[in-house]
Amino acid sequence: MPNQSPTQSVQAIRAMVVRHKRWDIIFSIVGLFAMLGGIITLAALIVGMAMDGLPRISWDFFTSFPSRHAAKAGILSAWVGTTLVMMITVLSAVPLGVAAGVYLEEYAAKNWMTDLIEINVTNLAGVPSIVYGLLALGLFVYQLDLGQSVLAAGLTLAILILPVVIVTTREAVRSIPLTIREGAFALGATKWQTVSQHVLPYSTAGILTGVIIALSRAIGETAPLITIGALTYIAFLPESPFKGEFPYVSFEWMSSAFTVMPIQMFNWVSRPQEIFHYNAAAAGLVLIVMTVIMNALAIYIRYHFRKRIKW
Amino acid sequence: MSENMMGLLKSEAKSLNFYYGEYQALKNINLTIAEKRITALIGPSGCGKSTFLRCFNRMHDLYPGNRYDGEIMLYPDDVNILHAKIDPIEVRMRIGMVFQKPNPFPKTVYENVAYGLRVRGISNRRKLDEKVEKALRGAALWNEVKDRLNSLAFNLSGGQQQRLCIARALATDPEMMLFDEPTSALDPIATASIEELISQLKEQVTILIVTHNMQQAARVSDYTAFMHMGEVVEFSNTNTIFTNPVQKRTEDYITGRYG
Repeated sequence: MPNQSPTQSVQAIRAMVVRHKRWDIIFSIVGLFAMLGGIITLAALIVGMAMDGLPRISWDFFTSFPSRHAAKAGILSAWVGTTLVMMITVLSAVPLGVAAGVYLEEYAAKNWMTDLIEINVTNLAGVPSIVYGLLALGLFVYQLDLGQSVLAAGLTLAILILPVVIVTTREAVRSIPLTIREGAFALGATKWQTVSQHVLPYSTAGILTGVIIALSRAIGETAPLITIGALTYIAFLPESPFKGEFPYVSFEWMSSAFTVMPIQMFNWVSRPQEIFHYNAAAAGLVLIVMTVIMNALAIYIRYHFRKRIKW
Repeated sequence: MSENMMGLLKSEAKSLNFYYGEYQALKNINLTIAEKRITALIGPSGCGKSTFLRCFNRMHDLYPGNRYDGEIMLYPDDVNILHAKIDPIEVRMRIGMVFQKPNPFPKTVYENVAYGLRVRGISNRRKLDEKVEKALRGAALWNEVKDRLNSLAFNLSGGQQQRLCIARALATDPEMMLFDEPTSALDPIATASIEELISQLKEQVTILIVTHNMQQAARVSDYTAFMHMGEVVEFSNTNTIFTNPVQKRTEDYITGRYG
């Protein structure tokens, strides 16, 4: 309208802004409830577990083998088993996954073959873990005759997290700007010099973060390890990797039978006596703390490496 | 332009064609690069000047689907650096490059400059120290960074970072240096210092520079080639190009009618 005064249109704008802002208010209320719902449920779980489990946590709980007497039972064989299995997992999955990721991203020709491999690797990351357990049972336990051992378990978890390590390595490597690579190439560097002296060091933070997140998934895995025959009751430790006499190291522990934290938990939870459930809660707390420590480490590494690098 | 007019030749493109896959980006380019002179490539965006520059250190070999056809001769040894038997790494060892955006490595100032030397297998600390200092002096950066050689290159200003990249390329004593719009990411003061540096560098090295900025070409270069649609439209003394261009397209561009 030509004779509309400016104040009127300003009022119209204000009314419209108020109307539009209503959705902000509505969403912030809905969102608040969604968030509270999630947080409260999680907090309740953890608090409930802490209340059941905390009284059981003592030095003896860490240094005792499982026992028929719930009050004497501990997680010694479980946490030692978890530590050894995770060691094998790290030592096999990280070099393999990083090498595969770097090869796919930097060296492999970009064609339908590599596209196909990429799609498959990404999909493998979502395959249920028990499927890996079945594969490992056939391959590691029987075919390669590793038995129901620490080694077989470590390798099983390694193939389980391998896709995640490959994918995060590729992403970390891909995030290094082209200009940095070109800078190295322009000085006469070969591909390997560029990769090993620039691309890999600069993407360490991303790779490590991915590796640790993958490991915190692996540390809680139960199904694939039960599939390959983890024991639920073990009252001995694998042989020590270090010896008093020559050659000072021993690999006997790799072929030892084993159990791990989540399996020990599962075992206790499935007992009818309630007193064992407190043990399970305590073991769960320890497992959560282990995972939190690993995630904290991931955050620290990311922070520590990234503060030196800006693009 | 005849050879005696230009003094010694450092390099020469002969019937050079270049293809990104099916797309022909450079069309029958013939151009001479005079030794220890500055040759500028100007032209509107997408005219192929950066593409042409990047042929000189075989940067296109890094990406699949690129194809050269024709020759770029490097003198005095008379070698065609585009020949399939010549390893691009050998070419890059002889011809250095400075990029559009400063791209220092996330390493210390010292390690940035030393990198090209390390690639060449030099690890003797004294020799490295000596060459790093010489390169930083050559890039007019020594006085500003001599007390923080071990701090990260990212802590330098944009102009300092670009001079660091020049020092990095200089450290290995290249025969020729390529500059790909080296000041396009810098403020006017930093630009002036880089231009001054480039003018000084021609005493020791042959320079080929791509620039979007015609004043820059006029200020620093001895020879200028005007490129358009993948072709060299006109190549001459910088003075002639800017005061008395022969081609209508050149005149239109330098008078600002397009580009």
